Amino acid sequence: MAVITYRQALHDTLREEMLSDENVFLIGEEIGVFEGSYKITAGLLEEFGEKRVRDTPIAEEGFVGAAVGAAMLGLRPVVELMTINFSLLALDQIVNHAAKIYGMFGGQSSAPMVLRTPGGGGQQLGATHSQNIELYYAFVPGLKVVAPSTPADARALLKASLADNDPVLFLENLALYNTKGEVPEDAPPAEIGKAGVTRVGSDITIIGYSRMATVATQVADQLSEEGVSAEVIDLRSLRPLDRETLVESVRKTGCAVIAEDDWLTYGVGAEIAASISDGAFDYLDAPVRRVAAAEVPLPYAKPLERAALPSAESLNTAVRQTLEAVGHRR
Amino acid sequence: MAETATRSKPASSGSKSRRGTRSGGNRVQQRQGNTALGSESQETLRDYFRQMSLIRRFEERAAQGYTQAKVGGYCHLNLGEEATVVGLMSALRRSDYLFTNYREHGYAIAKGIEPGRVMAELYGRTTGTSKGLGGSMHMFDTEVGLLGGYGIVGGQIPLATGAALAIDYRGGDEVVMCQMGDGTTNIGAFHESMNIAALWNLPVVFVVINNYLGMGTTVDMSSAESELYKRAVAYRMHGERVDGNDVVAVQEAAGRLVEHARKTGEPAMLEAVSHRMKGHSVVDPAKYRSAEDAEAAREADPVATFRSQLISAGVLDEDGAAEIERAVQADVDAAVAFADDSPHPDPATLFDYTYATPVANDSRRLPADPVF
Repeated sequence: MAVITYRQALHDTLREEMLSDENVFLIGEEIGVFEGSYKITAGLLEEFGEKRVRDTPIAEEGFVGAAVGAAMLGLRPVVELMTINFSLLALDQIVNHAAKIYGMFGGQSSAPMVLRTPGGGGQQLGATHSQNIELYYAFVPGLKVVAPSTPADARALLKASLADNDPVLFLENLALYNTKGEVPEDAPPAEIGKAGVTRVGSDITIIGYSRMATVATQVADQLSEEGVSAEVIDLRSLRPLDRETLVESVRKTGCAVIAEDDWLTYGVGAEIAASISDGAFDYLDAPVRRVAAAEVPLPYAKPLERAALPSAESLNTAVRQTLEAVGHRR
Repeated sequence: MAETATRSKPASSGSKSRRGTRSGGNRVQQRQGNTALGSESQETLRDYFRQMSLIRRFEERAAQGYTQAKVGGYCHLNLGEEATVVGLMSALRRSDYLFTNYREHGYAIAKGIEPGRVMAELYGRTTGTSKGLGGSMHMFDTEVGLLGGYGIVGGQIPLATGAALAIDYRGGDEVVMCQMGDGTTNIGAFHESMNIAALWNLPVVFVVINNYLGMGTTVDMSSAESELYKRAVAYRMHGERVDGNDVVAVQEAAGRLVEHARKTGEPAMLEAVSHRMKGHSVVDPAKYRSAEDAEAAREADPVATFRSQLISAGVLDEDGAAEIERAVQADVDAAVAFADDSPHPDPATLFDYTYATPVANDSRRLPADPVF
């Protein structure tokens, strides 16, 4: 079992899938000659050639739509959208087209494609390059949205996404690309629609996805040294959402804190909190708490950016306050 | 005679009102006399007339179905565009692919779908082209290569370009035709896709049906270059304009561009100048149109014109024409009966077509169901 970065896991899995299925091709801005804005596709143009690694004009609507059309004829495009912010330029093709091809025509065709794109702030990239807007896609029936937080999940979920016949938005995160982890090479594809319990505990449930799922495990590990037994759930899939796993955990622990990089109002955490209310209302000993980004266009200046984004520190604080509210004794 | 982007003169810069009337730039030289019938066989010409008449009768019945509340939603008709529709579809092989906008009933029929299945889709029945899930705007049939009618203006253009990419990727010899309206040429997706198709040399023919009206917004009100085929030049693509009321001219131009795309992979743009005989959709009384324009649309009636042409050329006599008209009337009657007799979808099938690959925790909740 190799220890590799999240970036390497993505690169290696793409390469493996391209080797095993000639219908898989990569399409996006600067993915070939430039080797990708975040170098996920480094070396692949040289190995596979221009047919399989297609540099596009800066025309998100045009090339995302072209990928949908190619997928309708049975190819397996993997689209790289340089960041999720730019996906807004392709919103019509993703929401009005990719998501509708299967249902609108009575199941005669589908759009088996993967839209890889990183979200995330904290890099001083300012208001338009730091957003976490995966919710826009998680809202839409017909799309699937997955969000791996570790190199192993990146591999397993990318394999699952490529094996799936529906359009999958595959959420990456700028802050995760350099993180390392063990990646079992013979692990099976992940199951889309299933959350993972990454720490088993009994005192409190912490729920996160993407970067905040890794922050949640850090916080749980810190707390365990103080005798707190926190259970951590990594959503892994935003659509479908694995409500059963969340609710089962909260029924056991009686309280929950949600950690999310997106904005709080109408955010992913709102849906999770509502699901906990739906399925574990009688088990709750404290209100469900959300740790989410401050509701501002993200500023450039470091102190302001830091103040706006959730962190291990802010999650730790919210977890402690919730534990106090339920009268937890350490 | 078609105008081409490379041969035509610059647009005249008239300062007339841009509302309600066509600019001089939108006029196309009409074919005269029997030469209009080109070199097509008499049998082919009679079949064009049959198909055009079929679409005419079908659309009239679709409008009737709408007023009877058998057809819901939006209902956009091909009335007045029969020559364009039949000419274009005659240029395609069955294995070629077609993407259209939401005004596609006639295209579905001319591409080879049974009229009954098209009418059943309008009626929202399980026997419809999209099992009743699509409706008027979303016909689809893999068998005949109709890869969808699309309701968002311009949405079909990137998709069609991608289908051509897939053909190129596999080395196939199919061609994609992408139909759209005049108003579509101002949307970003059009320009992004024209650029991509030309840049990557993809076998797609973009066809703009210029009936000079968006809904009520004219081409002159919306397009800085109202001779739309000239836009191809910006992408180093061949563009030309044809009289959309002339089925033979449309077939000839489209056939030439389709076969060129098949041979070389080169995309092209064809503008078919046409008339919309009725409103934007069935419910639109088209009060914004000038009397002269509405009269021009009536006079330009391509079905009646073609009928007279065939009779004066001796391809058909009055009895022969009437016989064809009776036959298509019977076809449309049968289509309506088929639609009417077909079952409505069972609500229990509501979740059958959301995902092609079922996965865990896919929601199957009805509005009043609790989440847990």
